[in-house]
Amino acid sequence: MRQMTKEDLFQVMDPEGQADLAAIEGISEADRMKMYRLMMFTRLWNTKALSLQRQGRLGTLASVRGQEASNVGMGLALGPDDWFCPAFREYGAMFTRGAQPVKLFQYWGGDERGAAPPENSHMLPVCITVGSHLCHAVGIAMGAKIRGDKIAVMSSSGDGSTSQGDFHESLNFAGVYKLPVVFVIQNNHWAISVPLHQQTATETISQKAAAYGINGERVDGNDVFAVYLTVKRLLDLARSEHKPSLIEMVTYRMDDHTTSDDASRYRTEEMIGPWRAKDPVDRLRKFLIANHGWDDNKEAELQAELTAQVEKSVQDYEALPLPHPTEMFDHMYAEMPWHLLEQKDRMLKRLGETAR
Amino acid sequence: MARLSMVEAINVTLHELMARDERIVVLGEDVGKDGGVFRATVGLLDKFGPMRVIDTPLAESCIVGSAIGMAVYGMRPVAEIQFEGFMFKAYDQVYSHASRLRRRSQGVYGVPLVIRAPYGAGVRALEHHSDAPEALFAHVPGLKVVIPATPSDAKGLLTSSIEDPDTVIFLEPKRLYRLFKEEVPEGDYRVPLGEARVVQEGDDATIVTYGGMVSVCERAAQHVASEGVSAEVIDLRTVWPFDIDAITKSVTKTGRLIICHEAPRSLGVGAEIAAQVAEKCLLSLQAPIVRVTGNDVIPPLSKLEEYNYPDSEQVVRAIHETVQF
Ligand SMILES: Cc1ncc(C[n+]2csc(CCOP(=O)(O)OP(=O)(O)O)c2C)c(N)n1
Ligand SMILES: [Mg+2]
Repeated sequence: MRQMTKEDLFQVMDPEGQADLAAIEGISEADRMKMYRLMMFTRLWNTKALSLQRQGRLGTLASVRGQEASNVGMGLALGPDDWFCPAFREYGAMFTRGAQPVKLFQYWGGDERGAAPPENSHMLPVCITVGSHLCHAVGIAMGAKIRGDKIAVMSSSGDGSTSQGDFHESLNFAGVYKLPVVFVIQNNHWAISVPLHQQTATETISQKAAAYGINGERVDGNDVFAVYLTVKRLLDLARSEHKPSLIEMVTYRMDDHTTSDDASRYRTEEMIGPWRAKDPVDRLRKFLIANHGWDDNKEAELQAELTAQVEKSVQDYEALPLPHPTEMFDHMYAEMPWHLLEQKDRMLKRLGETAR
Repeated sequence: MARLSMVEAINVTLHELMARDERIVVLGEDVGKDGGVFRATVGLLDKFGPMRVIDTPLAESCIVGSAIGMAVYGMRPVAEIQFEGFMFKAYDQVYSHASRLRRRSQGVYGVPLVIRAPYGAGVRALEHHSDAPEALFAHVPGLKVVIPATPSDAKGLLTSSIEDPDTVIFLEPKRLYRLFKEEVPEGDYRVPLGEARVVQEGDDATIVTYGGMVSVCERAAQHVASEGVSAEVIDLRTVWPFDIDAITKSVTKTGRLIICHEAPRSLGVGAEIAAQVAEKCLLSLQAPIVRVTGNDVIPPLSKLEEYNYPDSEQVVRAIHETVQF
């Protein structure tokens, strides 16, 4: 197997929005519009979420700005029966699986009830302990293989996750058992303050695949078409031939790590600058203008429509009744054991006394 | 003396100890350039350089495992785990190795290692950022678990932990990091491990607690004082092996025991204190032991967080319960 180098980067649309039309023939105009819509929605939702956080109306959260193409492209590539195991910076991909914006606000606002995955989304809740969910993706793929189900499984995690033991163990299982699984790595070049070159000594992340006997691919993560085509092809390969893959999406974290972080402590504007010119949303808009008659009016209309949707979800979120305190006992077990019944009872008594 | 918050006291302590003992190495995620996500290690990289202040890859198992190796080699590693919830990736290293190497090598190798981690609820954080897993470490034969409740104790206990010949799990109540400042002794300052602090003396009931719950219990004790009930508040400081003499002495005097921790109620530090008291001074008890604790649930996210965190009112009620028994 040839080693991937930094020169290996699959791209079908350059930062100016000029695309290899033959390569994207298989993506219909409707699908291209859908990609744009979802990417724009993700950006608007994300911007709103950050501003709610600043006003104390939402808790800590991780901005996905700059990673909308890799999010939406990989999400749309999944088939309806495929499974998805996200990390925590994947709102865009979660929207493609039917996640409700109001539910995401609810969860990141500090109410567990927002974490319930939508019905039939075949999606796990977010995974905050970095890298753990790659093992879960492996297990789902093992189940599918054992049962003979023709599905594929996709995980998504950051460049930092490749340093975890779980990453190694998962890729190794995938190789040994020839599993229908695709591990997507969102290489946004940072794990909080640790830059990629301090995270790993390999030139690329995709080359790590060779060590496990699985496919490795390296894609321009800000080119939604390249993301979509690659993920779709490798999910198909996983589904039909049980060939696992590791896909490195080369992208960039444009904002602070989370709302609790201050990236100016460790990175400079000069580092971010070049990536502004590669913005995934601008890129697709330029393409649509050149190829599908997109214009300022349509853009304004779309933004107004999506902004209204976001605002509506904020209203719905803020109108949600607060969870009852005893909600914390729900879903701890399928059936509540005596000790929790006792503790719940004690809490109810206490609340009653306070209320009196 | 300088007025410092707990996180500043920890930072100052690391600066002072690293300056006087070059065997000390700090390692962990974002501890260098960023100075730690809570800024506990700020300035260390500039002062001591990247060989002693190590920004590691995102890999808890190897952070702790490599720290064990360094300790065996004669260094004094201080490993930071970014949040308590991520210690479990390193649990094998802690459980199977750090705690056992002394015995497994028949005393040839010890593991003088400190693992620091912010712990506990109260800052409206994300999942896995509000747990209180001290019992999971206290239960491991061969480990020591230390939890400071004040900036001065943070300094004195961290110093003793780093100088200790064995592995210490040093859990820092993140809610207290910046909650208050106090005068912290300058220069060399030690609080011996295994010695509790009597926060407030009293005759009618003993409250044993630690970490973020100390101030909660103090307030409760002040409250009942106005009703003429005098409660003794004991801050364990070293959660394990805890100061059994301080506990039995106090319980023998007061005849009543309340235990308060934010960690889940069952099978925890409170359970062990209750068992020890039952074994050693049951007949001094004039009322059943009462535990005021978090519930056996996953620490709730912000909307319900406070409902799982024991407050002074609950402690007051517990005092009434035992005193009026
Ligand atoms: C096991 C574990 N250790 C530490 C953390 C704290 N933490 C949260 S995100 C993060 C960096 C993740 O970097 P990366 O995997 O590249 O994802 P990104 O944040 O860039 O999307 C760290 C260290 C965690 N969540 N889980
Ligand atoms: Mg990253």
